Amino acid sequence: MQKTKTYISDTVSRLKPSGIRRFFDLAASMEGVISLGVGEPDFITPWSVREACILSLEQGYTSYTANAGLWELRKEISDYVARRFHVLYDPADEIIVTVGASQALDVSLRAIVNPSDEVIVVEPSFVSYAPLVSLAGGVPIPIQTSGKHQFKLQPEQIEQVVTPKTKALIICSPNNPTGAVLNAKELMQIAHIVEKHDLLVISDEIYAELCYDEQYTSFPAIDRMRERTILINGFSKGFAMTGWRLGFIAAPRDFATAMLKIHQYTMMCAPTMAQYAAIEALQNGAADVEQMKKSYRQRRNFFVQSLNEIGLSCHMPGGAFYAFPSIQSTGMTSEQFAERLLLEEKVAVVPGHVFGGSGEGYIRCSYASSLEQLQEAIRRMKRFLERL
Amino acid sequence: MKLTEKEIEIVELLEKNARLPIDTMAKMVSLSVSEVEDIIKKLEEAKVIVQYATIVDWRKVDGHEGVTAMIDVKVTPKRGVGFDEVAERIYRFPEVKSVYLMSGAYDLSVVIEGRSMSEIAHFVSEKLSTLDSVISTTTHFILKKYKHDGTVFEQGDQDRRIVVAP
Ligand SMILES: Cc1ncc(COP(=O)(O)O)c(C=O)c1O
Repeated sequence: MQKTKTYISDTVSRLKPSGIRRFFDLAASMEGVISLGVGEPDFITPWSVREACILSLEQGYTSYTANAGLWELRKEISDYVARRFHVLYDPADEIIVTVGASQALDVSLRAIVNPSDEVIVVEPSFVSYAPLVSLAGGVPIPIQTSGKHQFKLQPEQIEQVVTPKTKALIICSPNNPTGAVLNAKELMQIAHIVEKHDLLVISDEIYAELCYDEQYTSFPAIDRMRERTILINGFSKGFAMTGWRLGFIAAPRDFATAMLKIHQYTMMCAPTMAQYAAIEALQNGAADVEQMKKSYRQRRNFFVQSLNEIGLSCHMPGGAFYAFPSIQSTGMTSEQFAERLLLEEKVAVVPGHVFGGSGEGYIRCSYASSLEQLQEAIRRMKRFLERL
Repeated sequence: MKLTEKEIEIVELLEKNARLPIDTMAKMVSLSVSEVEDIIKKLEEAKVIVQYATIVDWRKVDGHEGVTAMIDVKVTPKRGVGFDEVAERIYRFPEVKSVYLMSGAYDLSVVIEGRSMSEIAHFVSEKLSTLDSVISTTTHFILKKYKHDGTVFEQGDQDRRIVVAP
């Protein structure tokens, strides 16, 4: 019998595939590409962390852990968040170990969104935010930040889009793709408006360890914000552990309890070996993180100054490992620019529009690549620009 | 000598790659080219930077394979000059690549490079063992170099990441 119904759910049917996908397919089919298109560290996970995982396997720790994660790891996370970000969470019922920050985002949104609730997404943003809001049944409401403000959210922009249906605001500092970091003062201004409109905040701090010029401020550390914040962090970026799929949520008890229900029914728990590795990362990884951070900072300085020299104007990003230069001077769209650069000079970058409308006119370049690769990429981009 | 943070950063960069272009380095540490030049000159003059070395994997060059040996040397220290005099007599030989005073079972660790095992054997028996203060030598030949001065030979440094990712 023929299938006659529409089997795929309306929500999923309406979702657009990620714009990153198209570029991946194009770049992956070519040889000799220098990739600045990668959203992950070029370092391999520190050896002691890999070692700890091997040891856990040798000892046979291969079963499920508690839903919220290994008790020992939750305690380490609680200590780490207190030590690094000055916020206290009870490891017993305020911390959940997740399958990457990705799952943490999903669980957070599903725990708070009712059908047609609005969630504000600050663009340019990580590609998952808006789709995850939709999948949770909510309506993503974009805010467009601008290059004029180094892509920092201006608090009054929240006022312009807030409605009685607005439930939450997702912020990401340091930001993917712009590298923008919100400092304590800017976060305080945002907090003021959040409080005024009684909003929740999902604070994605996955790049917190990679903040180069200023002291990092975590959103829940701002006065009275802990109680209305779901803090998301993880091991992927700072500890160079993307493939381990390990992240965490820290949130007040009632939120954490709600999120744990979803987590327990959908994931059971995060991978056990990754959890053992993460304990080592938190206990002894600080020096490795510091070394990697130093190297990113040097490469950022080199890369951003070089971009400006070859005529792609670029603000100095305060964190993460992305430069987000403007390509408006070329008259091309970001898609055209990225495609021609790839085909003609074999340098892969990501067109800014895939991160939301305000990313148009920009490209995302990851400088988590060897210095030699960055030098070569700059040479090729310069040649490309001179030819236009 | 007390170095600033930027000076230390420059030393570290040069230690990893002595051929890093000055203008690249200047950008990396956010200084001007002439500031970096001045710092390097100062560090060279103060002998903080002692030499710019090149690490070569000679096994790859036909006819240049060579042999390296580490020799444990027991010596009788001399009154007044301790181990320094005999160490100096040893390190003056051009075949000798390094000499360290050690704690433990022997006194000096001597690294020798030669064209062949017999050349090294000859050096040890004719030159080293015959020195007055030398009591005994134990020669260890290096069979394969995996890592030298922080540099891994034959490193698989290909990028395993996919080309474009979120
Ligand atoms: C802003 C942001 N949040 C979350 C993630 C997902 O991280 P994880 O690997 O922990 O799932 C990424 C990865 O690119 C990201 O850039």
